[in-house]
Amino acid sequence: MSVIGLHHYLIVSALLFCIGLGGVMIRRNVLIIYMCLEIMLNAGSLALVAFSHFNGAINGQILVFFVITVAAAEVALGLAIIVAYYRLKQSTHVDDMTSMKF
Amino acid sequence: MLFCALMVVINRNPVASALCLVVSLIMLAGLFTTLNALFIAVVQVLVYAGAVMVLFLFIVMLLDIKTEIRRRLNFLAVAACFVAVIGIFYKMYQGIASIPVSRGPVPHATVDVKLLGTELFRNYLLPFEITSLILLVALIGVVHLCKKEETL
Repeated sequence: MSVIGLHHYLIVSALLFCIGLGGVMIRRNVLIIYMCLEIMLNAGSLALVAFSHFNGAINGQILVFFVITVAAAEVALGLAIIVAYYRLKQSTHVDDMTSMKF
Repeated sequence: MLFCALMVVINRNPVASALCLVVSLIMLAGLFTTLNALFIAVVQVLVYAGAVMVLFLFIVMLLDIKTEIRRRLNFLAVAACFVAVIGIFYKMYQGIASIPVSRGPVPHATVDVKLLGTELFRNYLLPFEITSLILLVALIGVVHLCKKEETL
């Protein structure tokens, strides 16, 4: 059994990122798109922590700490916007969000 | 973990999708512990799997989103998305493969909270303060968004 190295973590991270990306492109519900965005952020965090571990530096973990904080703020704001929009239009479907269409 | 993440995308029911995301995030925290990042793992479970996902589930249930009816998918668009994702993953894989194999894991003590905190408050004090400001702005923004809808 080979030793699990940096490459394995990075490949898992890339796969996770691609799953999130596919979800953002394919799904049509704003909430699901939001969850997929979270998956993509987590994939980035995983890559950062892996790099930080295999280079013996601590900076990556501090960056992940900031990413998690900002993601929490972003989720709170985004969900507030979704709720406000839902009150207006009674829908969370992206196909209905055409009011800014030219 | 990847399977759970895939289920988030595939599942038609938003509640089941959110629960799959919780499982996926907790598994990711486990992966962090294998990388000796214990503090990050704990923060991941507390903030993501705890606070953020409770918020998600709360909103899903508040808005009472039904299971999506089976819309006719645009198969051309789905196929295009699939090809694009595969292409992006291929480029990523090329990039990862071009990284030279390091000489095994660096002898690396477990990053404990003390070390992390010292580093955070010594070299990263300004970003830390800016983060607190971001949280404050988000708080005020959310309150404002919810308040305005009520008065309108």
